[in-house]
Amino acid sequence: MTGFKEVFWKELADNFNSKRFIILFMLVYLAGIATIYIAAQNIRSSVGDSTDFVFLHLFIVSGSNIPFSFLLFLSIFIPIVGIALGFDAINSERTSGNLSRLLTQPLYRDDVINGKFLAGVVMLSILIISVVTLVAGLGLRMIGVPPEAEEVLRLFVFIFISILYGAFWMSLSILFSVLFRKTATSALASIAVWLFLFLFMTLIAGLIASSVIPVDQNSTVEEVASFDTLYRNISRISPSNLYGESVQAILLPQMGSTSPTMMMIGIYSGLNPAPLPLGQSLIIVWPQLVSLLAITAICFAVAYIRFMREEIRST
Amino acid sequence: MTNDFVIETKNLSRLYGKFIAVDNLNLQIAEGEIFGLLGPNGAGKTTSILMIMGLSEPTSGTVRVCGYNPAREPIKVKRVAGYLPEKVGFYDDLTARENLEYTGRLNGFQDKVIAAKITEVLEKVGLSSVSDQLVGKYSHGMKQRLGIADVMIKSPKIAVFDEPTSGIDPEGTEQVLSIIKDMAKQKVTVLISSHQLHQIQKICTQVGIFSKGKLVASGSVEKLGREAFRKGKFNIILPISQPTDKLLENIKSIDGVVDINCVHDATVITASEDVSKEVENAVASTTGLKVQMKVEEFELEKVYMEYFKES
Repeated sequence: MTGFKEVFWKELADNFNSKRFIILFMLVYLAGIATIYIAAQNIRSSVGDSTDFVFLHLFIVSGSNIPFSFLLFLSIFIPIVGIALGFDAINSERTSGNLSRLLTQPLYRDDVINGKFLAGVVMLSILIISVVTLVAGLGLRMIGVPPEAEEVLRLFVFIFISILYGAFWMSLSILFSVLFRKTATSALASIAVWLFLFLFMTLIAGLIASSVIPVDQNSTVEEVASFDTLYRNISRISPSNLYGESVQAILLPQMGSTSPTMMMIGIYSGLNPAPLPLGQSLIIVWPQLVSLLAITAICFAVAYIRFMREEIRST
Repeated sequence: MTNDFVIETKNLSRLYGKFIAVDNLNLQIAEGEIFGLLGPNGAGKTTSILMIMGLSEPTSGTVRVCGYNPAREPIKVKRVAGYLPEKVGFYDDLTARENLEYTGRLNGFQDKVIAAKITEVLEKVGLSSVSDQLVGKYSHGMKQRLGIADVMIKSPKIAVFDEPTSGIDPEGTEQVLSIIKDMAKQKVTVLISSHQLHQIQKICTQVGIFSKGKLVASGSVEKLGREAFRKGKFNIILPISQPTDKLLENIKSIDGVVDINCVHDATVITASEDVSKEVENAVASTTGLKVQMKVEEFELEKVYMEYFKES
């Protein structure tokens, strides 16, 4: 245990002292403040007559000409922070010649990778909790409506999912830092995977779905629905979609489904969705959460196994 | 488990695909020994060290370090063994003292003990004046010395050095060699891999020569020299240029003496074992003189070259 504790504290101290994180923190805080300002400007027009869950709206409302909500901003920044925390975890130790020295001290090899991972999770948690709290506090001042108990609970769930999402990107980049010898390679590989999953997965999902089930103006509701199901299922390969879907359902209690299309169909058919209790919202996003947790665990496990069996050479 | 040898390998092999990096290595190193690993680049020295330190798993064979198997009980091995890798590195954004503190804490020492130890070892390696500088500003030689301090901080029973003197100035090299000698005096077993043959000769009690993954010879430099040049025979140099027949007779009658040759200013006695004591007695009893005998010594460099001429 001493080994694990020492590595953990050392990594945490390193994270706090590194310029990389000072820059990231500032960036995240500034962007957070900017998005909440935009949200507060536009919240009146977007909420309409119902004032239920007005506080949570702060996090999803975007400007009329600036389509940038706090949620969108977080879903972009969390992967960046996660990647920044993990991409050089192991290979920088190797190239600097520290790894052979470190691993001949009386500690287990997994202490190194576990300690680094946990220190990263703590760092992520500090960042996400602080930025959400900051934004919530500013929002409270701007709109003057205090959050209800359920809204606070939903915010906690939102924070938890965000940390989990960051942990996924961190474990993926730790995996790359074990697989690739050069830190530049592992950073680029992580960013490439992120860009692909974030930008192109929805495009690819749309292409595949529309070639399997072509829909146009004359399509029936059933056709649209099956198209939507296929499209969503394919796009769920991307963790950013898993995150987006689950966070939306948590922050928008009216979401009775993770699919906006299905919601629209429901509304047009005359259904007026009532807000769900938190438990029900959680049930809706449960599969997404489990998937996120599973892919995080898989990436970490592969990194772990690779690292445990590796030969540690200093040159 | 008690064991006569501190480091012992049995039929140790390591394969990379089809390439045999270490081939059936049987190595035995006793306590307090300074063992030098010699051999050209790629002969398997570092790979053997990695397996001894548990940083690489053997393909077959076993390693015992103080009776522990590094692959099964890594913590126990790492508690007693210190390792200085060939390309040692430190955290550049920490000072020398902070780097050593981290090592100390990983070894589970108390903060007070660590502070005292750091002061002591930095003094020994001659880095006390720069102990609060960032390691990033250190030269290669300074890092190398800090690496030795890093090994010493854990007060190991076994110290393994891979090229400890590479990149250090001559004065620093002397310092490092005397530190290593001091360690051996305190019953620390030292394993050194190096290409600096005269340094190895200066400090090592035993050497092993590696070639293509095999240990082709091991023992003291003298023994290797005799094997390489004299077919295992001892040459005893008697500084008497014209020995009397009686003296020659007496020396010849000593057990083990094979041949006697007179060179221009001395007599060379070839024997199957070290008979210098007996020769000395014979000289004293025949001529009444007390002479200084010398067993022929060998330059490690020549011995080394001889081994690689053959292979």
